[in-house]
This record gives sequence, structure tokens and C-alpha cells, in this order.
Amino acid sequence: MHAEHSTRTDVLLKKHPYAFIWTLLAMLTAVLMFLGKSEVRWAFKVPRELRLNLKSYISDFMDWLVNSADLGIFTFYELTRGISWMLEKPLDFTTGILATGLMSGEGSNAVQLTPPLSWLAVILVLVCLGRYARDWKLAIFVGCCFAYLALFGQWQSAMVTLSSILIAVPLGVFGGLVLGIMAHRWRLFEKFITPVLDLMQTVPVFAYLLPILFLFGFGPVAAMIATIIYAMPPMVRVTMLALRQVPDQLRDLGNMVGCTDYQMLRRILIPTAMPSLMVGVNQVIMLSLNMVIIASMIGAGGLGYDVLTALRRLDIGAGVESGLAIVVLAIALDRLSQALAKKRTKIRDSSDSQHFFVRYPYTCLCSLILVLITLIALVVPALQVYPESWSLTTGSFWDDLVKYININYFDELEAFKVFVLLNILVPLKRFLLALPWPMVIVAVALAGYQLGGARLALLTAVLSLFCAVVGLWDKSMITVYLCGISVLFAAALGIVLGIIAAENLRFGKMIEVVIDTLQTLPSFVYLMPVVMLFRVGDFAAMIAVIAYSIVPAIRYTLHGIRQVNPQLIEAGLVSGCTDWQILTKIKLKLALPQVMLGINQTVMLALSMLVITALVGTRDLGQEVYIALTKADTGKGIVAGLCVAFIAIITDRLITAAVDKSKKRLGLKQVN
Amino acid sequence: MLRRNLAFYLIFITTGFLVFSFSPSKAEDSQDPIKLTLHDWTGQLVTTNLMAEVLKKAGNNVELVQADYIAQFAGLKTGDLHVAMEIWETTGRDAMDEATATGNVENLGETGMMAIEEWWYPAYMKEKCPGLPNWEALNECAEAFSTPETAPKGRYVGGPVTWGGFDDERVEALELDYEVIHAGTDAALFAELESAYQRQAPVLLWVYSPHWAPSKYEGEWVEFPEYSAECYNDPSAGLNPDLAYDCGKPRGPIWKVAWSGVKDKWPGAHSIIQNFSINNEEMGAMISAIDLEGKKLEDVVMQWMSDNEDRWKAWIN
Repeated sequence: MHAEHSTRTDVLLKKHPYAFIWTLLAMLTAVLMFLGKSEVRWAFKVPRELRLNLKSYISDFMDWLVNSADLGIFTFYELTRGISWMLEKPLDFTTGILATGLMSGEGSNAVQLTPPLSWLAVILVLVCLGRYARDWKLAIFVGCCFAYLALFGQWQSAMVTLSSILIAVPLGVFGGLVLGIMAHRWRLFEKFITPVLDLMQTVPVFAYLLPILFLFGFGPVAAMIATIIYAMPPMVRVTMLALRQVPDQLRDLGNMVGCTDYQMLRRILIPTAMPSLMVGVNQVIMLSLNMVIIASMIGAGGLGYDVLTALRRLDIGAGVESGLAIVVLAIALDRLSQALAKKRTKIRDSSDSQHFFVRYPYTCLCSLILVLITLIALVVPALQVYPESWSLTTGSFWDDLVKYININYFDELEAFKVFVLLNILVPLKRFLLALPWPMVIVAVALAGYQLGGARLALLTAVLSLFCAVVGLWDKSMITVYLCGISVLFAAALGIVLGIIAAENLRFGKMIEVVIDTLQTLPSFVYLMPVVMLFRVGDFAAMIAVIAYSIVPAIRYTLHGIRQVNPQLIEAGLVSGCTDWQILTKIKLKLALPQVMLGINQTVMLALSMLVITALVGTRDLGQEVYIALTKADTGKGIVAGLCVAFIAIITDRLITAAVDKSKKRLGLKQVN
Repeated sequence: MLRRNLAFYLIFITTGFLVFSFSPSKAEDSQDPIKLTLHDWTGQLVTTNLMAEVLKKAGNNVELVQADYIAQFAGLKTGDLHVAMEIWETTGRDAMDEATATGNVENLGETGMMAIEEWWYPAYMKEKCPGLPNWEALNECAEAFSTPETAPKGRYVGGPVTWGGFDDERVEALELDYEVIHAGTDAALFAELESAYQRQAPVLLWVYSPHWAPSKYEGEWVEFPEYSAECYNDPSAGLNPDLAYDCGKPRGPIWKVAWSGVKDKWPGAHSIIQNFSINNEEMGAMISAIDLEGKKLEDVVMQWMSDNEDRWKAWIN
């Protein structure tokens, strides 16, 4: 009897080893939870002996860096100040050209040397650029986007924002390119830069804002540096990937004709990788515009500042108008850069003896426009500065809309909110907070082992242990709860919308516009109406997180389904599948890896929203980072930021491992 | 080539710093711009713009820079920023004390405005809770101020955690049947008020003055036992013998602070800033003119300048 029992367990163990271990773990956890805090205190509160006072070390290091770090002929502080001085000049210049006019002197004594470019000239030049990059359709689209800025009285602020983008983007692209090339050349550097990139992308910006302020001083330059740090990583990654994908034959060719290293890079590698590199450029532009609000908190001014102040006085209409100006700017720059990326540059014959203006018709036309309109603007002031009387406004439309919903539908919304809160959010939060921390770490490590082996298990265990020993366990669990539940809703809703969009072309087109807007509209704009309708608290935070993080869930599902091999669908049709069967048995199954990647991105975006939701009073790591910023506590901010980053990295690695596994099972080829 | 360029830059930077750090101090005000910080609330924008106008009249060069309320201290300590016109006793005291303790930041005295911060309710709540504004009525009306999540306790929306305010402690010490919900920002706080006011729904929250809210919405502050330093520091003082914070919030001045170097670099401006003084009523009227009547900030500031010429001329001399 006894022997028989043990063999059955053996079989079970062999067949489903993980199911067995997971059950064991769950039982152990249940026992600990049953015993409770009074019996096994160490399982719920991280013991003091294990605590690591990392934040004071970091703060001390920061003090040392600012006050006494000496690099020989100059101090570290002077170096960073030197850098910001050098960055300030080009920024002043572009701001001068586009927004304020070139100035001589400082402060209120400054004299305007030249007026800024006329709004009409800028619009026309951009129309030309659109025509050059693709066609008239794009030209008119870009023209309309910038016309919006003028029409709604956003011109001045938009130009301030645009001028910082114009400096930040080339620097981000160049820096990314250099780092990417270095990583491509030296394996060791690649090993070093990869985790750094992970951190740059996942540590919330607020966490490193303070050190930047200390080192680079206050104002637009510090804001620009923060923007570059945030926007550069995709460029590095894209560069590394693109260079790796250059065919070997081309390299061999380069070697045969005797290229030097530089020639190889300049004439062979970069031109071949150009289309992929432009994807990186595009990402840098979009991410830079995502930073506009945060940058304005440390003195960047421009559209972000307008959004912030409008919402401080609860002027939702003005907030929406400025927010949409950011969207419009982002979409116009995005479309332009994509079109330029796709445009094949014609190889010119340098012996071609054509006239200059035949060879460069657009350059000539643009210069002509600029000169002509600038001259006219000297006489006609309305062309110089867009007259206020010509501008439109949505007036109180948005405020009235929110008021209408608030007065007429508040009870229904409240009932819905209370239902979700009491039945889903609160129980989940209590459950997660009640879990004993050692068990959670074991579970995370086990998942790592099951999906990716010993190395992944070690990584996930160490990273989750970090959150425990720095004393942020509870806050980390609240973060997991808030992001987890938001991701769950966002993924469920996003996948459904993605499927509908993939099946229905018109709906697909519509949803693309919505997605683009959601991705670039500063979340602060809809955060305040959400607070008015749902009060401050976790629910409002959840809605804001869902609104922002749903985008990749929709986008990746849509692409995943569209990419399914049509022959397989045909095969399904031939063998008599119903539409439903085709969708569930073929399309969704094959799109699964893509969908999972989308969910992975959803998690990343949800985590990056934490700092924004801290503004509606959540109690998670985002709040910790925010408090650290307002109290000027560098160490605290960085430690909490690292916790957020580690949660992101754990999730990312686990999902990636799961995707690889399922791809192998489906027999799809490994991508990347 | 690259190396030579690099060397050139390094020399360039270092000489820049040397020149900057050895420039002799003059008795007259430097013509470098004095950087005044702008935050994100209207009152502060008005105060700072007024100060800037007065300094300009006195012949100083000024520049207005946007900076975060607390994060600006990092800049004030290093001399990147020079003057902050509104540091509230109630919310900025800790950061200010920390900064002045380093010796790099100097307190230039009161602005003349007094900050009021307290629990506040709209006037229509008085019908549902006739005992107000006395704080003892709060417990009788806890039900009226409750929401489904907090019931049977009342719901009080406090300021962001970073504002301090000791509301959790106050609730415990005065045995109030209320749950304190912290709004994350000032904007979220007033979004709650706006929403409730539109529906004439119950709301109890942290409101401060000078601000546009007390002029836009009709309502009152709850009257707690009066604040005293002992009440905050000494548990035995006040109504509750075992706990501190059994009283209302302190009302305190709004301070002006500056980088310590201002005194040497711009001595004239230094004394003008010290002389600057304005009161709550004037400020409230200007804030309302801007936020509620939609007037332009510049116009309101210029109006004040022309109406009060004697006053600001006296600050200059």
C-alpha cells in the first residue's frame, strides 16, 4: 500500500514536476499565512539585520560627487557644468530662431537682435519638407498640424518645445549611434551597456532628476539632458541590432577593397543599416515628446508648462488644447521622419553639370520662402507674430462636457467604481500584502527556473530580494498590485480591440488614430477629469494606467494577427473551419508570441506611469520616488527607482522566456 | 585632431570657470540677471512678477525661471537660482530650514502674506451639518461626509503626503471618525472640490489661502482648537492628554528666500527684496482677477504697479 502510494507520487513528479513543486509552495505559503504575523514575524516583516541602508550611501556618494570629486585639473562638478554650458548655446540659438528671436545680453536687459521666424514661413517650409519627403498628402497633413498650433494660440510654446526637441533629438541619435557602434565593436562594452540600457529605460525619470539638477544646474539644459537619457536607449539597441544584421558578404566586400575601419563604418555599415537606424530616430523623437511634461517641471517651459498650469487652475479646456498641441507636434514629426526614412536617396553623379536650383529645388524654394516672408513680416506684423484675435479656442466645451458627465452620470460611475474596488481591487491588494515575502521570492525564482533555467532563476531571485532588503517590500507589492490589475484589464480590452481592428479595416484605421493620440497625449490631461469623476485613489490611478498602457496591447495584437501566414488560414478554410475556429485555433494561436510581446510592453508602460499616478495619491513606489524628489533626497529616489526597474526587468525576462518557449513549441523561427 | 579639439574644449571650460569664480565683487549691483523662480500657482506668479517689475524699475537685470517648489532649493544652494518669493511656513519650512542651515541660502523675511491651511467645507454642507464650523460637529456628521469606501467613517481629502500637515495624527488625537485620503497634487485636490461642488455633494478637504478656491467656492474653514507650539510638541498639552496634534494647523507667514551670494552681488536688490511686502486681500483680489475673471497676468501686475507707485518707490529707497 505504502509502496504503491510512493510510486504514484513518483509518476506524478515525473509527469508534472512543476505542478508538484508549485502545490508544495502554495501549501507552505498557506501554512505561514495561517500562522500569521505573531508567530512567524520574519516571514512578513523583513528582519532588521537583513536591511541594507543603500539610500544613505547613494546620497553620500552624490554629495561627494557634487562637492569634492576631483578629476585632476578640474572637478567633476565643473565638468558637468561645462557640458551644460556647451549645450546651452545651441539651445539658446534654436529657441532664438524659432520662439523668442535672437537676443544679446541676459535677462530683462537683453535686446532682441532679430525677430523669430514668422509662423507662416515655418509652416510653408514644413509643407515643402513634407512634399519632398513623400507627396502632397503628407505635405498638407504636416501643414494642417502646424496650422493647428497657430490657430489655437499654441505657437509660441510649441516653438519653445520644438527647439528643445531639435537639439535633444540629434544629440540622442548621435549618442545612441556612438554607443551602439562601440557595443558592436567591443563585446565587453556590449555586456556592460545592456544592463545599463535596461535601467535607463525602466528607472522612472523622477528618480534621476535630482542628481541631474545638482550636476547640470536648473533650467532647460537639465531638462534636455533628462530627455536625452530617457530617449536614447532605443537608439542604442536599434543600432546594435541593425549593425549585426548587415550581411557578411558586404563586410567581405569592404575588406577586399581595403576599407579602413572608418571607411567600413561610414561607407558600408551605416548606409546598409540606414532603414533600421531610422526606426531608432523615430523612437527618439516620440520618447522626447513624452518627456515634455516632466521636463517642464524642471524649467523647460513650452507646451508642457502650459498643460501643467492649465490643470492647476482646473482649466480642462486649455489643458486639452495644449495637450493636443503636443500630440499634433509628435504625429507631424513622426510622419515626417518616417517618410524621410523610407525615401531612397538618389545617388548623385558629381560630374552632373546641372544648375544648383535644378539639383536642389526644395532647398532653393525653402530659402526663397524664408527670405520673402521674413521681409514681408517686417512690414506686416500679423505675419511675424500670430495675432491673438485670429486664434480659435474650444472655450468651455471640455469643462462643460466633464461637468455634464459629472452631474448626470456620477452615480452610475460611482456604483461601478465601488463594485470594482470592493470586489477586485481591495481583496487583491490585501492578498498581495499578506503574502510572506520569502515565499514570493521563491515563487519568482521558481518561475524563472521553469521558463528559462538556473541563470534566470538567479537573476529574478536577486532582483526581488533587493526590493525586500532595502525596506520597500510593501510598497513594491502595492506596485505589483496596481500595475498587475491595470495590465490585466488593459490586456483583456486591448486584445479584444486588436482582434476587432484586425478583422475590420475601417475600425482598424479609426483605432490607429486613437492609439497615436493616447500614446502622445500627456496623461496629466486626462488624469484630472478622471479624478473629478472617480475621486482620488487607486481606481483613478488604474484608469489612467490602463488608458496609457493599452496602446501596445492593441498594436501588437493587430500586427500579430495580420502577420499570420495566409496559407494557413486558407488551409483552415478548406478544411471547413468556421470563422470563430479560424480566429481561435489559427490566428490567435499563431499570433500568441506577438501578443505576449505586446503585453510585455504594456507592463513596461504601466510601470512608467507610476510616477504620474503618484500625483493622484497612490501609495506605491511611484509615490516614494515622487516624495524623494520633492524632499530632495537623492538616495531614496534612486533606491525606489531601482525597485521599479527591477520589477520591470523581472517581468520582462519572464515574459520573454515564456515567448521563446511558446515560439519553439509553435515551430516559429526565432526572432531577434 | 580629435584630441586637440578635446584639449581645446577642456581649456575653454576651465578658463570659463576661473574667470567666473575670480570676478571681483563690486559695491554696485552687478548687471548679471537676478534669477527669480516661478512655480505653478497663480499667487506665486503674481508675487514674483511684481518683484521683478520693481527690481527692473530700480535698474536691475532680472530673469524669470521656472522651477519646482521644493527642488528649487538645490539651485538656490549652488547659486544657479537666486530668489524664491514664496516659501510657505506651512509647506516649505522643512526644506527652507535645511537649506538655510547650509549657509548657502538666506531667509529674507516675510512677504506680508499669511498662509492659512485648514479643513474646509462648502457652504451647502452647513444644512446637512448645522453644528459646523465647530470641529466637534464633525463626528456627528461623519455619515454625511462618507463615501461607500469609507462608510461609516467620513472622508477627508488631505494634501499630498509631501505637504505634511499631520492630518492622520490629528484624526487620531481628536478621535475623529474620518479617513484621511491623500491627494497626490494640488490639482487633484481641487479637482475633487470642483467635482463635488458641481453636484452639490458632500466634500471635506484641505484648502489653503491665498488661493483662488476660497474666492471661487463659497465655504468655510473648520474651527479646531487653536494651534500652539506645545500642542504639536507636547502630548500632555491640549484636549487629549496622551497625544500631540490635538489642535488646528498653524497659520504662518510666507517667506522670501535667496541665495546667500545675492547680498554681495546685488546689494541694492537685496534690500529691495527685503522691503517687499504685500497682504492677503490684495493678493486674493489679483488671483481672482486672473483665474476667475480671465484677465492677463501682466495686465494685473501693471495695474498694481500704477496703483501703488508710492509703496514700491519707498522699497527702492
